[in-house]
Amino acid sequence: MFKYVNQPIEKIDGLALVTGEEKYTDDFSFNNMLYVSVLHSGYAYAKIIDIDDSEARTMHGVVEILSYKNVNRILYTTAGQGYPEPSPYDTLLFGKTMRFVGDNVCAVAAESKEIADEALKKIKVTYKELKPILNLEKSEGSSIIIHKDDGAFPKIPVFYDAKKNIASKVEANVGDFDSAFKKSSRKIELDFYCSYGSHCAIEPHASVSYLDVRGRLVIISTTQVPFHVRRIVSHVAEIPVSKIRVIKPRLGGGFGGKQEILLEPIVALMTWRTKRPAKLVYSRREVFKSTRCRHEYQTKVSVGYEADGKINALHLDALENAGGYGSHALTVLANAGSKTLPLLNKIENLRFTGMGVYTNLPVGGAYRGYGATESYPAYAQAIDMVCEDCGLDIVEYYKKWCIKSGETSAIFQALGEGKEGVAMTIGSTSLVECLDEGAKLSDWYEKRKLYGPNSDFNKGKRLKRGIGMVAMMQGSAIPEIDMASAYIKMNDDGSFNLNVGATDLGTGSDTVLAQIASEVLDTPVESFIVYSSDTDFTPFDTGAYASSTTYLSGQAVRKCVEEIKKQILKVGAEMLSLSVDEVELNDSRVTAKENIKEEVSFADICQYSLYQKNQFQIQATASHISPKSPPPFAVHFIEIEVDTFTGIIKVLNYTATVDCGTPINPVTAEGQVEGAIVNGLSYALFENYYFSPHGKMLNDTFGKYGVYTAFDIPPMKVKLIKSYEETGPYGAKSISEININGALPGIANAFYNATGKRLHSGPFAPEYVLKVLSEK
Amino acid sequence: MKFPFKVNNKSKDLELLPNETLLHVLRNNDFTEVKCGCNEGECGSCTVLLDGKPVNSCQVLAMSVQEKEITTVKGIGTLYTPHFLQKSFVEAGADQCGFCSPGMVLASYSLLKENPKPTRKEILTALDGNLCRCTGYVKIVDAVEMTAQKLQTNNLEME
Repeated sequence: MFKYVNQPIEKIDGLALVTGEEKYTDDFSFNNMLYVSVLHSGYAYAKIIDIDDSEARTMHGVVEILSYKNVNRILYTTAGQGYPEPSPYDTLLFGKTMRFVGDNVCAVAAESKEIADEALKKIKVTYKELKPILNLEKSEGSSIIIHKDDGAFPKIPVFYDAKKNIASKVEANVGDFDSAFKKSSRKIELDFYCSYGSHCAIEPHASVSYLDVRGRLVIISTTQVPFHVRRIVSHVAEIPVSKIRVIKPRLGGGFGGKQEILLEPIVALMTWRTKRPAKLVYSRREVFKSTRCRHEYQTKVSVGYEADGKINALHLDALENAGGYGSHALTVLANAGSKTLPLLNKIENLRFTGMGVYTNLPVGGAYRGYGATESYPAYAQAIDMVCEDCGLDIVEYYKKWCIKSGETSAIFQALGEGKEGVAMTIGSTSLVECLDEGAKLSDWYEKRKLYGPNSDFNKGKRLKRGIGMVAMMQGSAIPEIDMASAYIKMNDDGSFNLNVGATDLGTGSDTVLAQIASEVLDTPVESFIVYSSDTDFTPFDTGAYASSTTYLSGQAVRKCVEEIKKQILKVGAEMLSLSVDEVELNDSRVTAKENIKEEVSFADICQYSLYQKNQFQIQATASHISPKSPPPFAVHFIEIEVDTFTGIIKVLNYTATVDCGTPINPVTAEGQVEGAIVNGLSYALFENYYFSPHGKMLNDTFGKYGVYTAFDIPPMKVKLIKSYEETGPYGAKSISEININGALPGIANAFYNATGKRLHSGPFAPEYVLKVLSEK
Repeated sequence: MKFPFKVNNKSKDLELLPNETLLHVLRNNDFTEVKCGCNEGECGSCTVLLDGKPVNSCQVLAMSVQEKEITTVKGIGTLYTPHFLQKSFVEAGADQCGFCSPGMVLASYSLLKENPKPTRKEILTALDGNLCRCTGYVKIVDAVEMTAQKLQTNNLEME
């Protein structure tokens, strides 16, 4: 039993958040601060012939203008990933070629935002418009080349062919798909299209910078990756790492959208050149158009199987639209395979092929789900089709064929992030229990009996009902690549400073990490003063992505606190004139094992160690990398009603059972599940980018884009079903991403159960649904 | 230029330009608890109460509300004297990134003041103008229900 872990402890920053006390990036302002505005390209593909900023420069209040004319040409990737990044170096902060509507033309710093905006209008840019590629299927090998002779290159040795517009390519083979497929007595193929999507963190992207009293550059930013910001700003702005400090204050949501280095180099250069503080805050429209989004995907699954449902061969093919630049183009693609194919690990012949292509549309990036969101709709519908065809119950099917504890999948080794993957045996899983419990909670069997395209319930009715399900896996951190670390010191009163590079982007990781520390030391969460994400004062952490914080940073904290525990026991034993073996930790004290009344408090121990005898600072630091990426599992059951007159799909009930190992904080863990489900539903039913014939996003406001509101949410049942992951802190795995992946495939399967028709394209908007219903 | 306003029960001279919105005037005068998520009246992050009614402050000209009582989330309760509604938000886990929280708290406050026993549907309707991308709204609705329960059990009124 745990005392602090697996408890619904209130978030340590909670009260400050709900009283408006916490500070976010845009809440920081400084004397003499400059306001920055960025001019973005209105063309999808164009060359800048000239920028004439002479009039703008003479405007009262304009201080600096940055463009290709005065910023060195340094290729980089905006992807905030480990170094060397697996994304190609194909981006310039300010280049002469505009590759999507929203690309950076130039930036102005002025005494006020109004002056900066006004100055943008006075800058005369002469463009030569080029014919763009606005269709992902027309990119590969097109005569239009998007990165032509610009020196773009992959930073790691991977396939990259800019001349053919190929930003990334991945292939993995297990067994022999072709011959096993050919020999199979039954075959199905299914394709699925995933639309663009925006993260819609309610806080827009923002960065503020200033020089400290010693002339070092301080950047406060909306980032999930402060250490990557420091490294990449150093590279792009040509400022030594030693001169840069990056601080992440409170963050108003990220979901992957703030894993990109976009605004930071701009304010950095403004401050570095003018010696004045500078602030850049993107408008919501700029966030939609100019930052990063979910990649557009066209996927296809081919399955060869037998009448008893045994799948002999499965091929998943993915075509990814990278947009104008290749940020995360390779790794999202690899994850489209590596987060789906191991789930049914008994399939002997597996094939994954993927290609990311450049187009002149918005740039993809990291987004919660990271490839799995894009591949599960085709994969899980294909499994549903196999079960349908063979007359099998899909819940029982998953139970029989899914990966179990002690088992592996060759995919783990075959598909990594820019290199070979890491072989892994599954330790913890409660997937089978999740399947059973989810079926029970959703009344699966009763409703499957009741519904069906030809059921009395649905036949001839306008409103048809169906229930569908999907089982899923994700990962926890990138194995043998991601590293997290923690530092702890003890204070006079028995409190502790816990400094972590881990980045709380609203998830509650500061609290979760304190809970882990509390559990080790048997002292309350309030004893920990948590300070996170400041490159000067916290040790390194790759950042908040790849579902890594609880699992990876949590284990770094645990290791670090174990070290502190040893030191406390040693001092306590010395004070009690006992040996270390004769004492133990007990509710913020060290007590004698034999006699609990022989005790010294943490406060006494620290004071002794600081002031009295054999003085030293009780302190420790620890780092952690993971040899594996244990998957969390989730099963979603979705019941819908289709209005066959209007095409509107209404979700009646949503049931999710989730295995995240030990939920360190069950309330914040549930919150992750609910938030991801609603984001997934919004993406499945509403969200899309609509483009003009010239590649300009037309629906660049919350209202037109269509984010789910409170009024849209269906009744939800969420249940966490524990397992114990030996390699994670107190048995924990990840939870943040996986649950965004269920809505598209779950609704699609429910739609089939209601209407007998398959959906092939997201979002399932009424006009698309009506089109599918009218097809013969 | 400075003009007198009534914010959180205090008179205060706010520095402003005549064409500025209430959102910008408040934020420029250190009321940074009022958040800007879209500046187009669509996300509700900038919600304040005007004479007790929730509005998107980005859609209001500051000069037009000089005579009105303006309430930001700190006018309901502060870190040192939190309102039980705010405590419910933390207890229920309605506080993820917290960026929408000031607006959500004020929208909930306004609802409960008018209707201390709302149905779940009435809560969902009242919060319809406030976007949240983290919580999926579930725990926010829970927090409002929890507060309504506190009102009933302890025979309290919203104030």
